[in-house]
Amino acid sequence: MKTRVTKTLWVIAVFAAAGLPACGGKKDPGGGGGGTVSLNASGATFQKAAQEVTIEAFGKAHPNIKVNYGAGGSGKGRQDFSDQVVDFACSDAPYKDAEKAKVKGGEFFYIPNVLGAITVSYNVPGVDKLQLSAETLAKIFQRELKNWNDAAIAADNPGVTLPDVAIVVARRSDGSGTTENFTKYLVLAAPDTWKLKSGSTIEWPTDTQAGNGNGGVAQLVKSTKGAIGYVDLSDAKGSKLVYANIKNQAGKYVEPTAAGVTAAGDGIEVKDDLIFSALNAKGDAAYPITAQSWCMAYAKQTDKAKGAALKSYLKFMVTDAQALLPEIDFAPIPKSLQDKALAQIEKIQVP
Amino acid sequence: MQLLELRGKTQRADTAFRWISVGAAAVVLVVLALVAITMTQRSLPVLDKMGLDFFTSSRWVEAEGSYGALSFIFGTLYTAVIAIAIAVPISFGVALFITQVAPPWLKRPMVYVIDLLAVVPSVVFGLWGVLVLSQHFGLGRSFLTAGVILAIMITPIITSLAREVIETTPTADKEGALALGCTRWEMIQATVWPHSKGGLVGAVMLGLGRAMGETIAVALVIGSVSQITANPFAAGNSMPAVIANEWGEADDLHKSALIALAVTLFVITILVNLVATAIVQRSMKRSRGS
Repeated sequence: MKTRVTKTLWVIAVFAAAGLPACGGKKDPGGGGGGTVSLNASGATFQKAAQEVTIEAFGKAHPNIKVNYGAGGSGKGRQDFSDQVVDFACSDAPYKDAEKAKVKGGEFFYIPNVLGAITVSYNVPGVDKLQLSAETLAKIFQRELKNWNDAAIAADNPGVTLPDVAIVVARRSDGSGTTENFTKYLVLAAPDTWKLKSGSTIEWPTDTQAGNGNGGVAQLVKSTKGAIGYVDLSDAKGSKLVYANIKNQAGKYVEPTAAGVTAAGDGIEVKDDLIFSALNAKGDAAYPITAQSWCMAYAKQTDKAKGAALKSYLKFMVTDAQALLPEIDFAPIPKSLQDKALAQIEKIQVP
Repeated sequence: MQLLELRGKTQRADTAFRWISVGAAAVVLVVLALVAITMTQRSLPVLDKMGLDFFTSSRWVEAEGSYGALSFIFGTLYTAVIAIAIAVPISFGVALFITQVAPPWLKRPMVYVIDLLAVVPSVVFGLWGVLVLSQHFGLGRSFLTAGVILAIMITPIITSLAREVIETTPTADKEGALALGCTRWEMIQATVWPHSKGGLVGAVMLGLGRAMGETIAVALVIGSVSQITANPFAAGNSMPAVIANEWGEADDLHKSALIALAVTLFVITILVNLVATAIVQRSMKRSRGS
């Protein structure tokens, strides 16, 4: 009896093992031939919310195309894209030259799709309006200024009484495109003051507090008296944080809003491959700590259905979906850049 | 006739069993070897660039391409030592309580609860550490917070291993000691301790291994600061936490540095285990000699 049961189980197991791959194999060609097409993407957490609203709106118009965006970080996006394990990827920073040489799928395009503000959020009792210049910001984040009543902060804020409260610096514990853009801004705008250079992680002073993700830093700022930290606009708003107006190149203190970000986008210089930096942009209304993000797609697509789906998604992303961005506290790319992005998408070849 | 048939079958089963077990053993070794080889290979770029500085410097600066792991190695060992210092007395105490002191009706539920603690996912401990230990109790993010969390995580493992080792003490030995007029404590000292020493060291080493390799819980509470200090209330960093935190955004050399951290962790864990095995064997020899 026992052996019979065992034998039956073996038979089932063998059939199951033989049957599974066969079933799985049948589905794939079906996907290519007019059925559902899925596009897999990975990349920047910065534009996760932007991708989500784009995917949702796109899905309504094209129910047969399914887009999955895994927000594992810009670095992971670039890696996945160069290893060709995703159909497209998004990143807050372009490839460095050494990395670019290892991209396996040949020529590819950068498609800029979103701009967003990085706020400097703070938690100082009794202070609901704060202005900061890049130099002051640099001094605060490298722990040169340790109290909110410091003369350097007061100089940026005429008429405001700043309390005698110790400054607590909150920053990211994980490697992050937000850290990279924030520190790049300090390098650009306060080159003589900022000494910690820029990178996805930097050598922070030991008496700073680390939080995981934008949410972790927001949580630290919210729960710590005297805290200051850099948080992207949508997370800062989500956590109901108060944030500072930052002095831009034109000497104006600008609030981080979608309008300030769009204004920063108007002042950028774009290279032929659509690489640009929106940090420390020109213009009276430009918010200076504005970050940008790109998606990347290969110039030569190998799969007909996927290639066509990819083109239509990317087109949707830089056109119709742009109007959805301000609702989630991001800003659309400027019109001139949008036209250039569309031209790049047109160049993508589908077999 | 029937016996012969049966024997033939058994022999076939025996051969099959033999090959399956050899295969299983080989797979483990091959996987381990492949892991070691590919990891070492991929860590070569950073070791080439940094040389011994990778192990002796504490400057970990992406912008300069300068990677020194000393403070992370220190943090890993320091938090593990704090964890062991807290967990070992508690674990041994609980194990002795369960095996020697507790009334039978309490024994089973206690064993059950402790084994249950061992399967709580580490991220749960980590979040609890962030919300309760560092915020509510004001420990902040520090070596001590990480050490305490690790202690809580490894206590159940050390306890259940210690309990099983202690339970193998022959009843005759224990009863003999009691019959000679030993108190309970003297009995434990005279019979349980010498009998279980090797196994207990093994239990501690397993706990130490887990403490050194723990990632998420530590990443959440250690503070992510690169520094070497004996002050347990200061923030620091550990090798697995750095790997988990920085992998997503790392460029090529940075990745290589993170892989080199993993290899370093691998080597340190093996060293710790070798030392532990040596200690166990020496103590076994000595107790056999006496």
